Amino acid sequence: MSGGGTASPRHVITGIGAVAPTGLTCADYWSAVLRGESGIRTLTRFDPSGYSATVAGEIPEYTASRYVPGRLLPQTDRMTRLALIAAEEALADAGADPSAMPPFACGAVTAASAGGFEFGQKELEALWSKGGKYVSAYQSFAWFYPVNTGQISIRHGLRGPGAAVVAEQAGGLDAIAKARRHIRSGTPLMVTGGVDGSLSPWSWLCLIRSGRMSASPDPEAAFLPFDRRAQGAVVGEGGALLVMEDAERARERGASHRYGEVAGYAATFDPRPGSGRPPGLRRAITMALADAGMAPADVDVVFADAYGVPALDAAEAEALAGVFGPRGVPVTAPKTMTGRLLAGSAPLDVATALLSIRDGVLPPTVHVASPAHEHLLDLVRDAPREQRVSSALVVSRGQGGFNSALVVRAAA
Amino acid sequence: MEGISEGRRVVITGIGVVSPGGVGRKQYWQLLSAGRTATRTISLFDAAPFRSRVAAECDFDPAAAGLSRRQARQWDRTTQFAVVAAREALEDSGVLGQSEPYRTGVMMGTACGSTMSLDSEYALVSDEGKSWLVDEFHGSPYLYDYFVPSSMAAELAWICEAEGPVGVVSTGCTSGVDVLGHAADLIREGHADVITTGASDAAISPITVACFDAIKATTARNDTPETASRPFDRTRNGFVLGEGCAVFVLEELEHARRRDARVYAEVAGHASRCNAYSMTGLSDDGLEMADAVTAALDMARHDPAEVDYVNAHGSATKQNDRHETNALKRSLGGHAYDIPVSSIKSMIGHSLGAIGALETAACALAIEHSVVPPTANLHESDPECDLDYVPLVAREHRIATALSVASGFGGFQSALVLDAPPRSAA
Repeated sequence: MSGGGTASPRHVITGIGAVAPTGLTCADYWSAVLRGESGIRTLTRFDPSGYSATVAGEIPEYTASRYVPGRLLPQTDRMTRLALIAAEEALADAGADPSAMPPFACGAVTAASAGGFEFGQKELEALWSKGGKYVSAYQSFAWFYPVNTGQISIRHGLRGPGAAVVAEQAGGLDAIAKARRHIRSGTPLMVTGGVDGSLSPWSWLCLIRSGRMSASPDPEAAFLPFDRRAQGAVVGEGGALLVMEDAERARERGASHRYGEVAGYAATFDPRPGSGRPPGLRRAITMALADAGMAPADVDVVFADAYGVPALDAAEAEALAGVFGPRGVPVTAPKTMTGRLLAGSAPLDVATALLSIRDGVLPPTVHVASPAHEHLLDLVRDAPREQRVSSALVVSRGQGGFNSALVVRAAA
Repeated sequence: MEGISEGRRVVITGIGVVSPGGVGRKQYWQLLSAGRTATRTISLFDAAPFRSRVAAECDFDPAAAGLSRRQARQWDRTTQFAVVAAREALEDSGVLGQSEPYRTGVMMGTACGSTMSLDSEYALVSDEGKSWLVDEFHGSPYLYDYFVPSSMAAELAWICEAEGPVGVVSTGCTSGVDVLGHAADLIREGHADVITTGASDAAISPITVACFDAIKATTARNDTPETASRPFDRTRNGFVLGEGCAVFVLEELEHARRRDARVYAEVAGHASRCNAYSMTGLSDDGLEMADAVTAALDMARHDPAEVDYVNAHGSATKQNDRHETNALKRSLGGHAYDIPVSSIKSMIGHSLGAIGALETAACALAIEHSVVPPTANLHESDPECDLDYVPLVAREHRIATALSVASGFGGFQSALVLDAPPRSAA
């Protein structure tokens, strides 16, 4: 493993942009988190009454032209506009101006799950109902998986390495780790993370087929990870983008924020069912800690994957208790206020963890009234918990067997 | 990339291919070295209403390729290609059972994922676009697997007995090159010793043809499909859509040596750049592609003079062919004129995310056979494209170092360097 990366350039996270059902800026999102305010509601974007799942972490309607240049509106899916908003905030927060840097000094790696599906549905509708001539000239890229990386790179003049990573919902952490690799290899600045969302009827049907969606119509009771009443996941839209910089360079230019660093990371995959081999989540956590050169006791809080599916919650509770001991570390799931944002959730958890470190407060898990694993998990419920935070573990899983774990730590 | 390239080296020990013109690595090489083309009139669906009606299709019979009826029904064609190619690569390398599952990974590239299934399933659940509110009670039970392209990597992980890093890298038409670079980085950084990697795309479907029609990126040379893909030729007027898959077993060199594995080539360098210019357009100067080439050669510790073969992106659009020619001159200097440069898209079309992996396979096989595959259909070069594009006929040529370049929507520009197998330490 790479250890603490002693021989390689160190990095620091200097900017955060966040978009969530509870706010289109990092500050709005964070204050909603600390108020315990949930953005999960009955879908309004389309009439969900004919579907077996009806609630989502939907971002309320907003005037996109206030945030995104008008010429980009016809060529962007909703999630790409949100990504452009987050990227702009992250770079402004960092006070970084890529156009003033050497030509190939800045790159972007984002996470995706399924691309711009709402845009894609409109074009499929045009194709099938009217004919091929009615398909948009933008369809060739507006839906595709790396569209956010491409649009962000164009908007901000990022000409260094660029890619999108897809590992279902675990890909957000994999993207951030890939960005760290690019910094270590000599790229001074990376924009990384993920903003995702897919709330059109066509994507909704695909999501329902995952078999993991909560059928509860009650926004307060639909998504209850680690609760005895848990009955499935609620999805939402949003995520976060971070500016990650070479630490030396950030210091030289006097970057005003030093939120922290990615101290450790690992990804594993579950074995084939029936193989008799153990699942991979606990191993991902252990390896991420080893990569960070940290012991379990060094971790101040865990941002859980918190699926909301009983068997998956039990597996995560056991993995965490196995590593940290029963109730050995505070565990929280602020995604109870946003839903699972596909590839955007884990990056938003990383952003939230960095804000926890900054402000010395653990964000709450809301709506969980009947904890299912109290003997294993010290769940931060209902109200924020003030305490010093110098490091956090973020856990993320993707359907199919993906496990990723990432440790953030206060900047040295 | 000197920060992580010290120490651990990465080699290719197995190759599997599903390509237009044939399933299997041997058939693939026969096609390329013979300079035969596999482009034809689209047969996978009725393309009559569309502007461009040619494509390079795979003659792929799931049963003959070893898939069960259940697998053929459940998996999108992209995943079917990937599974068949992965099985060939694993058998070729003999690595199965010889690598520790925790140290084994899967990284796949794709531009379009399960587009073909999503296109046809959408038509079904929306009553051919009549209703925005699609019907929950129609459509495949496997829709979620089509929704997320990561399902392809998950299927391969089980086949490869991989419990290490698993995922998909997508950068549109450079996916097949970038996923290899990413997988090699993971091995160098110590996350795995063996990674099955490559790229697959099978998107010859109405929505794909329509979206390229809309921007006239594909050729409309429908009357002569066999000669429709003409990279660098003055008569070229767009690319021919293709499909296919190439999968590799990448392995840490010492791991491969310990089990006496046959080595095709070393993955010596990779770099990618964004042009930050346009989602579809290219500026003529080729600056970003040139920088990717320079960075990949630096990582491999090669001078331009050491490049023996360039596998071009060569998509046969005017803007690409000129952009790429300028990028090669900029990065390789005067040597650009001395190095054979060929585009196999002339024979197998442009299979979007998969093509970078197919081209890397062509480079590895070119190194093995000391033969440069030709650019078919090149009779008279565009005057602005004045390199040695190896027209029509393959050429015997010893290759110690091959460079593969890729360019795609989103502005992505990438380069990968393969070296002939390192000599044994003994």
